[in-house]
Amino acid sequence: MTARARGGALAAAAAVVAALPWAVESRYVLGMLVFIALNGLAAIGLSLVMGFAGQVSLGQAAFFAVGAYVSGVLTASCGWNGWAAMVVAVAAGALVAFVVGLPIFRLSGLLLAMGTLAFGIIVYYVLVNWASVTGGPSGLAGIPPLALGGFRFDTDARMLALAWGALLVVIAFTGNVVDSRIGRALRAIHGSEAAAAAVGIDTARLKVGVFALAGAITALGGALYAHYVTFINPSPFGFAYSVELLVMVVLGGVASIWGPVLGAAAVVLLVEGLRAALPLLTAAHGAAEYEIAVFGVLLMAFMIFLPSGLAGLARRAA
Amino acid sequence: MAAEQLAQYLASGVVVGGIYALIGLGFVIVFGVTRIVNFAQGEFVMLGALGMAALGSQGMMPLAAFAVSVLGVAAVGAVLYRLAVHPLRHAPALAVLILTIGASIAIRGAALIVWGTDPLAVPAFSAGPPIVVAGAVVVRQGLWVLAVAAAAFVALWWFFTRTYAGAAVQACALNPRGARLMGIRVERVALLAWALAGALGATAGAVIAPITYATYDMGLILGLKGFVAAVLGGLVSPPAAIAGGFVLGVVESLAAGLVSSAYKDAVAFVVLVVVCLAQVLGALPWRVVAEET
Repeated sequence: MTARARGGALAAAAAVVAALPWAVESRYVLGMLVFIALNGLAAIGLSLVMGFAGQVSLGQAAFFAVGAYVSGVLTASCGWNGWAAMVVAVAAGALVAFVVGLPIFRLSGLLLAMGTLAFGIIVYYVLVNWASVTGGPSGLAGIPPLALGGFRFDTDARMLALAWGALLVVIAFTGNVVDSRIGRALRAIHGSEAAAAAVGIDTARLKVGVFALAGAITALGGALYAHYVTFINPSPFGFAYSVELLVMVVLGGVASIWGPVLGAAAVVLLVEGLRAALPLLTAAHGAAEYEIAVFGVLLMAFMIFLPSGLAGLARRAA
Repeated sequence: MAAEQLAQYLASGVVVGGIYALIGLGFVIVFGVTRIVNFAQGEFVMLGALGMAALGSQGMMPLAAFAVSVLGVAAVGAVLYRLAVHPLRHAPALAVLILTIGASIAIRGAALIVWGTDPLAVPAFSAGPPIVVAGAVVVRQGLWVLAVAAAAFVALWWFFTRTYAGAAVQACALNPRGARLMGIRVERVALLAWALAGALGATAGAVIAPITYATYDMGLILGLKGFVAAVLGGLVSPPAAIAGGFVLGVVESLAAGLVSSAYKDAVAFVVLVVVCLAQVLGALPWRVVAEET
């Protein structure tokens, strides 16, 4: 997509988002749209890692958790201003990703999948066990909604504007990164890492940089999530969510900026649909986790039959 | 600290190390032949354990249940390779890795649908009170774990060094192109490698199940630990992966006993990062994983 086309798409998206709160009455639908934006932010982070560093992170949920918990603890327990806490949360996401990625990217990238998986599991254990700060399994309550002066982002419609606004800013930002000198270097790495290194690109440093940027973007989604739901506990940040993010990126299409958002929308709708349909099909057990089987089959089917995802399908149709 | 406490930690570390070694071998064999990190390796372990539980509850003898589980999961490994991995043999490594992640989740979901969430008990291979070895109390099943692991190692050694098929697997691991030129059917060897990985994983699951119970979600962590064991050994050498498994088991058991049991599962990751850092700094006498070129 050229810069101008992307600007047009962004403006159109912004107009639609601005009109939505007037067009949609249902809180259920508005809430779902907010979750699509928050998941979209997290998925964009992961798609940067996959599309540009050519690696897969199986612990991306941990960065979402870092964002949510740093912002949540700073505001609910330390009484910080929400915006300041969010800035720290995003920085924390970048820092943690940098520290985790530094040793791993120096070696074979094959380690990253397992390394990030282990990292995600550890973060989950820390959230559960470090009860004095995180509240442990019972969670952290009383996170205030974000506010600008007297205007509080405490309704679904207001949060919709904020979350989608953040998402569009991030899309514009990553679009510019992709078109920049750094983006060209990243595409060179994707094409041939040996060739990129031969022309003087510090491939390991750039990959760690992408991983840190991805951590920051995912943490931003997490921080907004914390201020939206105002109560967090460890259970939504486990391995299952990392997998959900992976499904979003693969469904949407790795090498596309809008792909992850498309994928996030598809997964949010799919999960809602499955939760409605599965109890009817499998009356015997609780339907809590059956969606993972569907996700697994979808991942395999997309990798075999449609590796460019829904975005690729749309491009082919256009 | 009391010597018997130390002996206890060492003993339980060695037992669980045998499990990690078996799982790690599955990673090494698949990676050696197909250059794929098979994320679903841990699910083979889970299937072996749940297979034991399911067949045992039907009244099957432990030995027969063991054989059926191992052969069944070997077939799952082969089918997974033929139906899902083989079509992507020319795809980038990332695509294949995501495919095996999808396979792993699909297998776990299928197990959830078939067996539910409750842990299933598996009777020990032989009944009786725990045995005291050098001051450490070891459950009888722990000795079975080590015996079965040792038998599997010997069988693999014999296979790799004394049979034509084993030589073909090694040839493909060393140089697939050269192996093909020598008339070895590389696809068939890859199929064999996946079946072997399935059998090894199922063996690990079947022998550990009486100690840990069998649940649909046990494969994730066990697979991760087996991977760390394989990486410790360089990801290409079977004997080194076995050593890596025992080292990881003992380190983890000592750390859990001496430091904190709440973070037991974190030990494997810390080991992974420390070893990676050591190699980056050049402080490691052997190479853990090939550096990216």
